[in-house]
Amino acid sequence: MTTLKIENPVIEVEDLRFFYGESRALHGIDLKFPEKRVTALIGPSGCGKSTLLRCFNRMNDLVDGSRVEGQVLLDGENIYDRNTDIIELRRKVGMVFQKSNPFPKSIYENVIYGLRIAGENDKALFDERVETSLKGAALWDEVKDRLNESALGLSGGQMQRLCIARAIAVNPKVILMDEPCSALDPKSTARVEELIGELRENFTIIIVTHNMQQAARVSDLTAFLFEGNLIEFGVTEQLFVKPQNKQTEDYITGRFG
Amino acid sequence: MSKRPSKEMNKYWRVGEPMVWLSGAALTLTLLSAVTLLVVIVMNGLGVFWPSNIEQVKLTDGTAVYGQFVRSEETADGSGLRHQYKIANRDLYGLDFRWIDQTDIASTGHPRDLIVLERSEHGDFYGTLQQLFTVAGNSVAATFDNLQQQLSAAKHDLELLSELEKKLNDASYEMEQMRLTLLKFDYEGVPAGALERQELEQRKSELDARFADLIELQTRRVDDARKAKAVFADAGGRGKEVVLLDIVQAYTPNTMSTTDKVIFYGGKLVELVAGEPRESNTEGGLFPAIFGTVMLIFVMSLFSFPFGVIAAIYLREYAKEGPLVRIVRIAVNNLAGIPSIVYGIFGLGFFVYGIGHSIDALFFPERLPTPTFGTGGLLWASLTLALLTVPVVIVSTEEALGAIPREMREGSYALGATKFQTLYRVLLPMASPGIMTGLILAMARAAGEVAPLMITGVVKLAPALPIDGNFPFVHLDRKFMHLGFHIYDIGFQSPNVEAAKPMVFVTTLLLVLIVLLMSSVAIRLRNKMKKRYTFGTF
Repeated sequence: MTTLKIENPVIEVEDLRFFYGESRALHGIDLKFPEKRVTALIGPSGCGKSTLLRCFNRMNDLVDGSRVEGQVLLDGENIYDRNTDIIELRRKVGMVFQKSNPFPKSIYENVIYGLRIAGENDKALFDERVETSLKGAALWDEVKDRLNESALGLSGGQMQRLCIARAIAVNPKVILMDEPCSALDPKSTARVEELIGELRENFTIIIVTHNMQQAARVSDLTAFLFEGNLIEFGVTEQLFVKPQNKQTEDYITGRFG
Repeated sequence: MSKRPSKEMNKYWRVGEPMVWLSGAALTLTLLSAVTLLVVIVMNGLGVFWPSNIEQVKLTDGTAVYGQFVRSEETADGSGLRHQYKIANRDLYGLDFRWIDQTDIASTGHPRDLIVLERSEHGDFYGTLQQLFTVAGNSVAATFDNLQQQLSAAKHDLELLSELEKKLNDASYEMEQMRLTLLKFDYEGVPAGALERQELEQRKSELDARFADLIELQTRRVDDARKAKAVFADAGGRGKEVVLLDIVQAYTPNTMSTTDKVIFYGGKLVELVAGEPRESNTEGGLFPAIFGTVMLIFVMSLFSFPFGVIAAIYLREYAKEGPLVRIVRIAVNNLAGIPSIVYGIFGLGFFVYGIGHSIDALFFPERLPTPTFGTGGLLWASLTLALLTVPVVIVSTEEALGAIPREMREGSYALGATKFQTLYRVLLPMASPGIMTGLILAMARAAGEVAPLMITGVVKLAPALPIDGNFPFVHLDRKFMHLGFHIYDIGFQSPNVEAAKPMVFVTTLLLVLIVLLMSSVAIRLRNKMKKRYTFGTF
């Protein structure tokens, strides 16, 4: 494995092992994610990339019988510490899912959902956040006249951008994206990818993708996982052009094995 | 070797054509039976109040009878037809209905001067007006117009009387309250000379005097009003004196135009929905029964809806999946299969005798052995029905919660929501159409139940509604009337089954309509929620 010098790591993973019941899904991962960069996690199905992603906001806690060993440091603090406030953690680490999941509420209410549940009640703040978040998610121009209409009336691509707006409305440090484009048509995919490029100016983004072209297009760094192990981690161009590892090369050239 | 089926035949089976036909047939059969049932009820129910013409049937033996044709059938020996007539005049003939052989009929006609009286006792009277006396005892010309005039005067008297009656009722309610307070004093050992006791005694004696005055006034007024009379003659010329106060209404079906009949019909429908029952429930209105039924279902929903939803939320969202939860779930599902009479018995034993008696012993010990809550009542019947319908609500709520995609929960959690916030802000709104479906099913089930009610508080004739103007306004301890029980009661417990039959159909129709009405309101609500929480605009 190459050793990559990472400045200002936001998330540091140290010897992370994850178990679903008896079976082990992650075998000791060590990784550092730099601030305000896009890092892609690639690998074949079942390699543990989604599991790894879900460790960063402790989404895996919801899975019965799961167990975590090792550490994940967010700004130097272990999020698996006994005293971690999961609610606070999830406000710092937002997430966008594979299937867009807007709530059955108005567009406006969807965006401010995170603020509302945090107990916020300031109408002026809501208005401001709705506008900045929707602009940030490149959705403002399309929906500004129908903020009070149901979010379920939007197209698939718009819904996914709304979910991104919803995630950035609470001002997270990190945004996790779990195959955000896999259910979108090419045009919507292009818009979301463009958006990721814009978001990296303000947020640290970790994206799981199946699509290697996408990883190559949007990410600064790429990590290749295979069967629960981190095989290679490096600057995206280098990893795709000159992979150091045989397995990585096989995977990205399509000779999988 | 047996002959192999042809290729076409094989394909026919493979495509599943017979299955399509079979399921189609099953659906048709279900629909047909439901529709047939409804048609029978509607046909029999809607015609009851139509003022059909009354025939004068002259018989070959020289006698004559007024009657409303009901139906014909072949005589037992098959020699000809016989007709059933409603001949009314129960107090004269002893019977309301009579079969007349076709061969015995000499002629039939529709006499224009025939009057139908709807009386508050002894059912209808068919006859002609002979003499008419006013309240003052004067004889006036025996015309139908004069009769109507006198009747409206009598109606006015009746209204005055009913005002008096209301005062009497209030006074007797007050007396009952005083009696209960006195009982309480006795129980608490308030000494005979105590101030509050003296005060009460004084108020009681004042009330007693007022009550006696009222009674006397009422008796006098009634005696006066009853002087207005009319003499009618039946088809055979037999006279019958009828006090005008006893006549609910009089009409002449043979001269009424169709418009008149429609108006009359409408009036009867209003009476049915808003009026009080008469003649051991076989005539008059069904208002107390309608009120009791709706109230019962309402109170039942008040219990079963929140409990069902909360239980389902716990089972689905909070309880850890394991053998215990599985057992609970199986138990809940099986609750729906227990015969409803068992619930009734449980309700009687647990609610009425268990909780009811404890309440009496704790809060109303002075009234014992007369029970207050320790006897059947609306509250206990509602609770029993709630128990019966709660599984329906639980199952449908659980299903609705389970049908929500996992992404919705995760999306909410990922934004920092707690489990409760997610439930309250996302899951429950999304599950609401499914929960409503459960409530609709529960309400329909509850509306159709009679057996458990019979032992937990339903009565043939309730003296007072569960809601009235006396504090505390809602009296859930009271016994109540119910449409379903009404059907059973007048259909099978009535002394005059033939006369009660029309009412059975009408009551059934009304019950079906009420269930339909309540379900359609709930369904509308559900569709609104569905629109709001699944797709489309606000």
